[in-house]
Order: sequence, then C-alpha cells, then structure tokens
Amino acid sequence: MARSLLRLALPKGRLQAGTAALAALLGWDLDGYGDGLRRYRFSSNRFPYLQGKVFHEKDIPVQVAVGNYDLGICGLDWMEEHRVRYPASALVKVRDLGYGQSQVVAAVSASGGFGDSGVVRLASEYPNVAERLALELRLRRFSIFPLWGGAEAYPPENADLVLISQGTSERPPEGLLSLGTVLSSSACLIANRDSWEAEDMGEILGTLERAPTPRDGSPDAIGTESTRRLAGALARIPAAARKTGRKGPDEDGTLWLGLPDGHQQPPTAQFLDKAGVGIEGYSTGSRRPKVAQAGVACKVIRPQDLPLQVANGNFAAAITGQDWLREHRCQFPTSPVEEILTLGFGLVRVVAVVKGDLPVAGPAELRQWMKARGKTPLRIASEYVNIADSYARENHLSPYRVIPTWGATEAFLPEDADLLIENTQTGKTLAEHKLKIIDTLFESSACLIGNAGAVRREGVQRGLSTLVEALRRGLREEAQ
Amino acid sequence: MKISRYKGGKDLLAADMAAFRLIESAFRESCLSWGYEEVRTPTIEYLHLFTSAGTLTPGMLRRVYSFLDWDGWSGERVALRPDGTIPAARLYIDNLQDQGLARLFYLINTFGYDETGREARERWQGGVELLGTPGKGGLGEVELIQLAMGILSRLKIGKVTVKLSHAGLIKAYLDELGANWGESSHLLEELLDGEAPALAAAACQPEVQKALSQLLRLKGKKHGFLKNLEASLQPVAPAFRDNLRDFMRVAEMLDALKLDYEIDIASGRGFEYYTGIIFQFLAGDVKIGGGGRYDELIPLLGGKKRSAAGFALYISRLMDYVSPDVIGTGPGVLVQVASEKPVVVRRGFQAQRRIQEAGYVAEIDLGGRSHSRSRTHRWKLLVRDQSPPFLLTDQDRDTLTGAASVAELLRLIRG
Repeated sequence: MARSLLRLALPKGRLQAGTAALAALLGWDLDGYGDGLRRYRFSSNRFPYLQGKVFHEKDIPVQVAVGNYDLGICGLDWMEEHRVRYPASALVKVRDLGYGQSQVVAAVSASGGFGDSGVVRLASEYPNVAERLALELRLRRFSIFPLWGGAEAYPPENADLVLISQGTSERPPEGLLSLGTVLSSSACLIANRDSWEAEDMGEILGTLERAPTPRDGSPDAIGTESTRRLAGALARIPAAARKTGRKGPDEDGTLWLGLPDGHQQPPTAQFLDKAGVGIEGYSTGSRRPKVAQAGVACKVIRPQDLPLQVANGNFAAAITGQDWLREHRCQFPTSPVEEILTLGFGLVRVVAVVKGDLPVAGPAELRQWMKARGKTPLRIASEYVNIADSYARENHLSPYRVIPTWGATEAFLPEDADLLIENTQTGKTLAEHKLKIIDTLFESSACLIGNAGAVRREGVQRGLSTLVEALRRGLREEAQ
Repeated sequence: MKISRYKGGKDLLAADMAAFRLIESAFRESCLSWGYEEVRTPTIEYLHLFTSAGTLTPGMLRRVYSFLDWDGWSGERVALRPDGTIPAARLYIDNLQDQGLARLFYLINTFGYDETGREARERWQGGVELLGTPGKGGLGEVELIQLAMGILSRLKIGKVTVKLSHAGLIKAYLDELGANWGESSHLLEELLDGEAPALAAAACQPEVQKALSQLLRLKGKKHGFLKNLEASLQPVAPAFRDNLRDFMRVAEMLDALKLDYEIDIASGRGFEYYTGIIFQFLAGDVKIGGGGRYDELIPLLGGKKRSAAGFALYISRLMDYVSPDVIGTGPGVLVQVASEKPVVVRRGFQAQRRIQEAGYVAEIDLGGRSHSRSRTHRWKLLVRDQSPPFLLTDQDRDTLTGAASVAELLRLIRG
C-alpha cells in the first residue's frame, strides 16, 4: 500500500542556500528547490512521498502549526515569534540544523533619548518577542510597533528600543548600542504536533544523522537568563543615552518626510528627481538621505510601515502606496493619516484571486460555491490582512479565516488557501500560476500622505507647501 | 458545520444562573450591610494600567487578553481586565481619593487565558476594596475577613479554611538574605505564581534556597506561634520585625474573635501588589477567595499615598458549593389557553399578568415539554371560552376548581 504524503515547507530567502545544501547532503534529491530557483513546488526523487512548497520563512511556523505541512524548516527566531504569541500552538521543534546562525539583539540609540516620553517604544519585525521582552523586563508603559523591516532606522526619533536580527559576529548597525542577545537562532526542523505523534517520518529523520552537529548551549527561547542580562543592561544604559530634552519629530519646525525602500524606492527616487526634489543618498540605499530643501529631514523605511509612523507623528508626511494607506485605515478607521496628493506611479490593482478552474466569476458566485461545499471556512491568504478581513465581511463570505502572509502569496493557492487578496500590475504572474482574478477591490498608486495635525503646524506647513508644489511640478512633467 | 462554543467560555444554564444570582445577592446584601457601596469599572482598560509599577507578575501578564483598539495606532494595547483590584484602585484615584476612606464592592467578570482547557477564560468574582484606610491597618483586614466569612456562611458553603501569610514578611526576609534583584524578583514571582516546589530547583545561591525553604515551611494556628517565631529568630532586621508584628496584630485580633485560621507562609500566592497580610479562603483544597493589604498600589498607579486592602470571592468556583435547596424557586402557575380565539387569548394573558402581579411565576403553556428543571408548576390554569372561564388544578392537593373571575382565581391560589 502506498504510504501517505509527507508535506514539507521550506524557506526562501536567507536560509534557502543552506537548506538546499543540507537537502543535498542528506540525499533528499529535491526536484524544484535550490539556491536561486524561483519555483514554489518541489518533490523528492528519493522519497516519492515527500512533497512540499517554498514559503517566506516567517509563514512556515503558521503553515506547520495549522497542519498544512507535517514538517518545516525555518529560523528558530520565527518559531519563537509564533510560539510566544500562541503558546498552545501545535508546533514541535525537532532539532537544530546547525546552519543559518543569527541572533536577535536588543539595541538602543547610542546618541541618547531613551524613554524620554515615559512610554518605551519598541519597534521590531518580532513584535511578539518584543512584547514578551517588555513584560519580562517589567517596563511600566510601552508601545510596540510591528515592522516589516528596517528597524535599525528607527532610534532614537521613532523608537527607544529595537530588536534586530544580525549575524552572530556582526556588530550592531552604526548609531546603535547593543544591550545583548534576546535569543540565538539557527535553522531548525519543526513539525506539526499531530503529525509528529502519528506519522511515520523515520526514513526522512534518519537521514539527519548526516546533518552538522548543532551548537551547544545556545538559548532556544527568550528566557530568564536573557531577560536578567537585558534588565541589567537596561539599568546600565549610559547617561548619554538617557539624556533628556529631545524634541518631537517636528516640534522645531522641521518637516520629517518618510520615504519607501524596496520595490517602491527606484520609481520614487526617479519621480523626486523629475520633480527637482534633491535627495542625496536615497538611490544609494542610505536610511537617512540628505534633503536639499531647507527644513526637511527624511528617513527611508518600509512602505508598509509608513502610514503607522505618520499616524504617530513620527513623520509629518511620507510617500507610500495607497494600498498600504487603505490597509492602515481598515485597521484604524479614525487614524489622523490623510492622503495629500496622488502621485500616479507604482500603479497596481488590489484584486481577489482564486484558482483558475474554480467556476466562480465574482464574490456572489463565490458565496454560492461556499454554500455548495458546506460550511468549511474560506481560507483567505493576504499580505493585506485588514483589507482582506474587511472584504470578507462586506461580501458576506462567512465563515472565513484570514491567513497573514509575508510574500509569495500566489503560492498559497490552491492547497493552502481558497482566495487571495493580492496586488498585481499586469496580472501576468497570476496567469502563469493558473490563477484568475474575480474582483478588483481598488487601484493603487504611490501617494503623499500626511498627519492631519502635523501638516497644519506652522513651519511644517510651509515646508510641506514647497514640497507639494515640487511634486505637482513632477506630475506635470510626467504628464508631458 | 455546527458552530461550537468558544473554547474557554462557559454557558450558564438556568440552574447555574440561579446559583449565580443567589451568590450575587448574598454578596451584595452583605456588603451593603457593612457600609460598602457598589461600583463597576469598564471591561476594557489600558494594558499599561496592569503593567504599571510591576503590579502583576510577567507570568500573569502573559495570559492577559490584549489587543490594539480601533484607535490604537500608538501601539499601546488595551486589555480585557485580568483583575478587579487594579481597576478599582484606578477608579478610586480618578474619583474618590480626596474623600479619604472608601468602602467599595463590585461584581464583575475577569479574563485570563488558560491553555489547559480546564479553567474558564472568563471568570466572575465579587470584589471588596477598603481604600484610603488610615495608618497601617489591622482592623481593616479583620473587617474584610469577617465580611468574607459572613458571606460564605450565608451561602452555607460548609467548612471554610482561612490561611494567612504576609507579603511584607516574605519580601523583608528576601531582602535580609541579600538576594540580588534577579534572584529575589524571580523567587518571589515563583512563589506568587504558586510554584513553591520549583523553588528548590531555582538557580540561586544555596543559602538563599535553604533559608527561603525554612520560611515557606512555617505553619501555625495562633498568634502565639508568631511570637515564638520572633523570639527564635533574634536578632532580626527591623523591617522583618515590623512586618512580623503587623502579622501578629491581625492574628491576635482574629484570636479574640475566635476565628480559626492557619498560618501558612507558602500560601502567599496571589498578586504581587500585596504588601502586608495575605489571606485565602479554601473549601477543602479549592481556593474560593482571597485578598490582602496593598498599601503601595495606589501611589504606584499615580495616586496619593493611601493604604488599602481588599478581597475577592470567586463566584465561578462558589457555584459548585451552593446546595440545590438553597437555589430553589417558588411554585408557579402554568397557564393553558384553550383556543386561539381573541377573547380567550386576551383573557389568558390578562390572568397571567394579574397572577404575576400577585407575586407568582406564571408561564404560558406553548406546548411541548418545558426545558425548566428547576421550576415546578403547582397549579395548572385552563382559560376557556365557556363558563366558568377559568379551571384551576392544584397538583399538590389534587383538586380541580372553577373560577368566574381573576379575583376569584387569585383567592384560590392564595388559599
């Protein structure tokens, strides 16, 4: 009798090369997974029952915990990020795989301003670990900024403490003072608890004999020891880093402008050039490029994080996508963030997507399809969790579950999701994956956003008017 | 697909609610008779109310339901209250602290995650707070213990054990042993989280472990025991001696009132905002309530320096101890309408209302079996479109009597 499939989730990104090398060393002979390969599905030539999919590393603990996959490989840091929030999660750590070592360190600005406002602001891609740390450190009052990335750019103006991932021998980024390691990480094999307790994985696990020996003594979770060390380090923060008197982001009349990194960076830089807004260092990857216009300062962070930062007054204005503005407003309907100017570039459509052969052409038919298949919850995968939630509610797609994703969302259909809320420029990638668009939620372009209170402040208002005028000039240039 | 109940939630059926209301009214009436006033705080508070000043242990805070509100872009969370005392102290600071002494009580739900599935995640409690007491107290704690025991006695819970400990004594002891920040904080947390056995394995200096274990093993039954302890521990640090004397003062008053108790230092499980006496109420091995003195909480939350003490009784647990004869409801009338003719329907509902106004339960018979197991219908009333319009069956006496009017009907029911 043929044995049941064993489903394996493997990472793309930082651990992909190491994982591919390990799989080769163990003789798994994976077809479709390797360094630089951009395929989503793979199978094993040696173990025909072993099949799997490639995910963003951060998605893997969720996918294994919910039982979509029996086994997964990801960094221990992402497993911990999942586990501290969901302690009853069905995740089992099978073993450390001995490669991809990194550490999550807590760092403050070396130039001062720690905890000036009485509220300790923690910013990190690891918001759950950050919250656990804040509780363990008994911070009296704290706020957590969950980030998509770029945490090192936040202190001291926009955060007091950041948790950043770095190599084990790496020094903290310039301007930051490391307080110590919150947790040490390396690639690890994880399993779904039910699968672990019931499935025969012996043949696969037996090959791990050939895997490198894991390091000894590495802490595998945020614990008493690391907390004690960090509490001591916090108490010893140099006086210089505690000095008070820091002004709020725009209290001295400076207009703080947030600019996007990643995919949005090149078109934004190009547009600003065209508009005559000189920003030195933006195209070369600086987090703090210099703006030629007097009274304007800027920082470069993830476009997804900009609306929240503008809402908090950390930036008076920012350039981001309308999609991320809408995502923010779906979560915080009374947010003080408003759109000032539509910039027209970076056009995408945010669409609802199903697998190509599903006999559904719109949300009404999707409801019918759901009704016909019974009350199994509709699985909606999206990077835009709040937009997806709102879409499901407004279209009465109940019962449903929103699965947050961190990229490569198109890989989720059809095995791991029924519907995607995804952005697309041309629809070509979706068609290549045999997916089809059943609804367009809205069209999105880059836009200038502002904090309603900050942009009306004298000084900031003057600087903003000059900037907006320049951007309008750029729009006219584009139109010609 | 059947939509099931939330994993940590509990449905309260009619019998449960009868028990719940019985406890609630005994609690409420007792508190009012002692001069306490009822208040209620919001279900949702800012999370930092509970993280301020380290008022709850990290272990407890990890189980708090917290989330970002619709206007939570600042990243500060709000929480479903995990505790009643801290919000009550906040209420006192916001509204009452200038008036001095406040005797407050409340009946509320609290929330805490439990992954075992054995404990409900929503729990009900009756809380009593004595806020702004002058001096270091003593009489206040005795009043609270008396009040709690009075409520439990009224509910006929059976034998209740009172266990006493003293947070100030434990803290002073740890200080005296020179446990450093990490050790004392960690050990105290483990103790307060009820993990006394884990202390033996705690990574701390052996002499600290040994001394703490000695303290935790201390048990006695009268205030004389504490006197013996004081004498045997000479010389002791002033802070330790002061706390021991505070403990003795309360114990002596309880002795004078002939109220039995057990001194059990390890029973000091609870919230770490306690500074003095900690008391627990147990039915068998089950903790059904507890409280203590918390003189530092109000200043730590930003209020004036005010002493305070309080206790809570756990309604969700007490419900298992309320005996059925205490829960019972009065006899009722089942009103059967013989037809759906307007005149009969009107007559039936009018009769039902008059019976209810007379103080009886009256239920229209809609057919089928009644789901109610706690209510018995002593009478069955048939309402008809013929003379006499009412036929009353007394099931206790096995009689059937006709009545020409509602007034006559009521006379029959009243006997």
